[in-house]
Amino acid sequence: MAETLEMKELAEVVVRFSGDSGDGMQLAGNIFSTVSATVGNSISTFPDYPADIRAPQGSLTGVSGFQVHIGAEMVYTPGDKCDVLVAMNAAALKTQYKYAKPGAAIIIDTDSFQAADLKKAAFATEDYLGEMGIDPDRVIACPITQMVKDCLADSGMDVKAMLKCRNMFALGLVCWLFDRDLNIAFSYLREKFAKKAGVAEANIKVIQAGYDYGHNTHSSVANVYRIETKNKVPGRYMDITGNKATAYGFIAAAEKAGLKLYLGSYPITPATDVLHELSKHKSLGVTTVQCEDEIAGCASSVGASFAGALAVTSTSGPGICLKSEAMNLAVIMELPLVVLDVQRGGPATGLPTKSEQTDLLQALFGRNGESPMPVIAATSPTDCFDAAYAASKMALEHMTPVILMTDAYVANGSAAFKLPNLADYPAINPPYVPEELKDTWTPYLRDSKTGVRYWAVPGREGFQHILGGLEKDNKTGAISTDPENHDLMTRLRQEKIDKIPVPDLEVQGDKDDADLLIVGFGGTYGHLHAAMDEMRAAGKKVALAHFKYINPLPKNTATVLGKYAKVVVAEQNMGQLAGWLRMKVDNFTPYQFNQVKGQPFVVSELVEAFSAIINK
Amino acid sequence: MAYTAQDFKKGQPRWCPGCGDHFFLASLHKAMAEIGVEPWNTAVISGIGCSSRLPHYMATYGMNTIHGRAAAIATGCKVTNPDLAVWQVSGDGDGLAIGGNHFIHANRRNINLNMILLNNRIYGLTKGQYSPTSPRGFVSKSSPYGTVEDPFRPAELCFGARGHFFARAVATDAPGTVEILKAAYNHKGAAVCEILQNCVIFNNGTHDDVYSKEGRAKNAIYVEHGKPLIYGENREYGLVQEGFGLKVVKIGENGITEADILVHDAHCEDNTLQLKLALMGNGDGFPVALGVIRDVYAPTYDDCVAEQIEEVKAAKKYHSFAELLETNDIWEVK
Repeated sequence: MAETLEMKELAEVVVRFSGDSGDGMQLAGNIFSTVSATVGNSISTFPDYPADIRAPQGSLTGVSGFQVHIGAEMVYTPGDKCDVLVAMNAAALKTQYKYAKPGAAIIIDTDSFQAADLKKAAFATEDYLGEMGIDPDRVIACPITQMVKDCLADSGMDVKAMLKCRNMFALGLVCWLFDRDLNIAFSYLREKFAKKAGVAEANIKVIQAGYDYGHNTHSSVANVYRIETKNKVPGRYMDITGNKATAYGFIAAAEKAGLKLYLGSYPITPATDVLHELSKHKSLGVTTVQCEDEIAGCASSVGASFAGALAVTSTSGPGICLKSEAMNLAVIMELPLVVLDVQRGGPATGLPTKSEQTDLLQALFGRNGESPMPVIAATSPTDCFDAAYAASKMALEHMTPVILMTDAYVANGSAAFKLPNLADYPAINPPYVPEELKDTWTPYLRDSKTGVRYWAVPGREGFQHILGGLEKDNKTGAISTDPENHDLMTRLRQEKIDKIPVPDLEVQGDKDDADLLIVGFGGTYGHLHAAMDEMRAAGKKVALAHFKYINPLPKNTATVLGKYAKVVVAEQNMGQLAGWLRMKVDNFTPYQFNQVKGQPFVVSELVEAFSAIINK
Repeated sequence: MAYTAQDFKKGQPRWCPGCGDHFFLASLHKAMAEIGVEPWNTAVISGIGCSSRLPHYMATYGMNTIHGRAAAIATGCKVTNPDLAVWQVSGDGDGLAIGGNHFIHANRRNINLNMILLNNRIYGLTKGQYSPTSPRGFVSKSSPYGTVEDPFRPAELCFGARGHFFARAVATDAPGTVEILKAAYNHKGAAVCEILQNCVIFNNGTHDDVYSKEGRAKNAIYVEHGKPLIYGENREYGLVQEGFGLKVVKIGENGITEADILVHDAHCEDNTLQLKLALMGNGDGFPVALGVIRDVYAPTYDDCVAEQIEEVKAAKKYHSFAELLETNDIWEVK
């Protein structure tokens, strides 16, 4: 046992909680991130869970992980690899050790490393640490199960209920390692289990036991770490996942626009949490319809839009395939609609719980005919709020369906969210047809500046009209197959989208003299930013231009891309953004970094690849 | 204000001369005038097909959308604005083939839509392929040797989806059509009206037995809630229950009097006998049932959605986005 306790200050730390899907790793991770955020640390989290609802207990396929990155300064990603790995059973150690840094502290529940557990986890011998090449000095081996049972012996709980608290013991231990204030965890639990005081108190008791165990036996890892907080932005914060932030963005936009919010949806991983979240908020007048299929999800939203709602349909890639016909109906009828695509791995069912950026070309082009549609890609869990707000505003003001792209990584990841003040957000003004146009109005009469047609919502006397999927005459709004008219309408629909104003592309880092410009879009922002920071810290001249608005592209796109000797487009697909940019920017010949693994980028791999490009 | 059919009319229909859709359209204009909902509070939503052109001839709000999706689109429209009278118009292909899923779920949900099914047992717009209501063995361009599949019977599908309203009329029978359209409007919930309609080009004569007034007098029975099920040119036939089925009897023969005849109950929750009525006809010795066959009240989806929102509004303390934010665990960084 170490005689004295050393207190080390760290700039950042990554903790990965892993165990069976039912072991409550997400809750432990969430509490740890909340406790850290509350003292002002920057946080970024990433849940990594299997596609199976509940694989057999202790099996390799049933392991679920939750990674938390906390930092004294801004952290942009959940971290490549962890400094502390909590493995609640043998299967977790086997599958998750690859995410641990060399020399990382490993916390294990020795009670879950018995012969049967080792067999399920495909260990050949009882020397599991030796098999994995793990230095026993780095391991905090603790009979967690037994200690939890002892701790709750007087609680009157049955064994099954007791074992549900194992995660809290691990959490207590981690809280001790990082000198966290347990009182914050306690109040979190008391609030979460407000109606089950017994459960809250049992969990609290176990956290304290885990913390005390760490304190009393700090022999195995001799340090307690403290992460100070720098560059605080004062304000009120909450922890938010990307999906929740997306839902909040829609609610905020509907309130700002003074419209009903309608969501037509069909459950699909990893987008379902948006349906869950919006379904809760009926007290805000939100209407959610869980439809018979993806098609009806989108089609009913088109109907809701016609009737005057802010209409949203949410899904993942396979759902977009099914919705594309109804999306196109909104294109030709020129009705506002937001289509949320929380990307997963593809094709087909693909990797339902994993993250990719492989739907970009589908979003841009995946419909019959000339079908221009704005595309916005959220860059982080908290940016989902702003992106959802922007998509709603764009749809309503420009009378068009808009595709909002997120991905499993930003959707499930969380970060500290500074509470927005709706008064600070821009107004949303749909182009309702002015009453004085009553006698002359036709459905495709457009605002001459924006090219946007006016909106007449059913219920207004004198503005009855018929929309539809057939091409319409530009002037009368009647069905038309006239060749000149169709050519004109095609151009008008395109021009309307092209005219939508979007913010300029921002360049970060060495914007004046970078040897390499990194280009990406959407959910990879954090990793690309972290890679840039690391390279600049090593003395390299690097800049980052990250796209959030993909169609229409920012006006300065060609200028930015043409300014640097070398440009690399890094994306989690085979080069879809690179291809889109080549189509839109003359003589653009970037380097490419493409990875389609269903996992977030690894910053160290990015740094290596980008450095190699600079040295070429 | 009182309306006339003219107030709901617009444009010049482009259907073939003699098409059953012309007759139906005239009845719909008339029914809407009699119902009296303002044209600007009425939405007519169709899919794709000959009959789905119909909204273009309406002076109401409307959409002629995409193939099969009219019921889903109408659902979103009605839930968003329950004050609109929403009419959904589909053909047998649009409503029961590509749109079959939306048809059954609209019925199951019991959303307050008036669902018109114009059944000519053929695909007209694509020029003559068999439809899901074409009889087995039907010869068409896509079934030159006859189909080898059984058709849907729309009432069966509606009832199987727990539908609460089903009525039938022949397109050429204006009073009969207007009557069921009004009944469909007055029924709160999904209301299916099957309109037997002739395609003069690709399936001429498919409803010949009931298409003329004389034919209907002989081969159809007008069912009316609370009235005995009597039909025939001289009202000489009636329906009685026998065993698990129905039976045609002649009044005055074998001691049968009017008092023995089964009395129609459209409001009966149990749909067994209503289904038997709906499935009659097509050469089985029974007349084709016309009129309102089933009309049972049940809570509607749109009402329940609105009520639930009001309940939750009353129960929850947050009613704005700013108040929603406060429901979270919040910390302050100073």
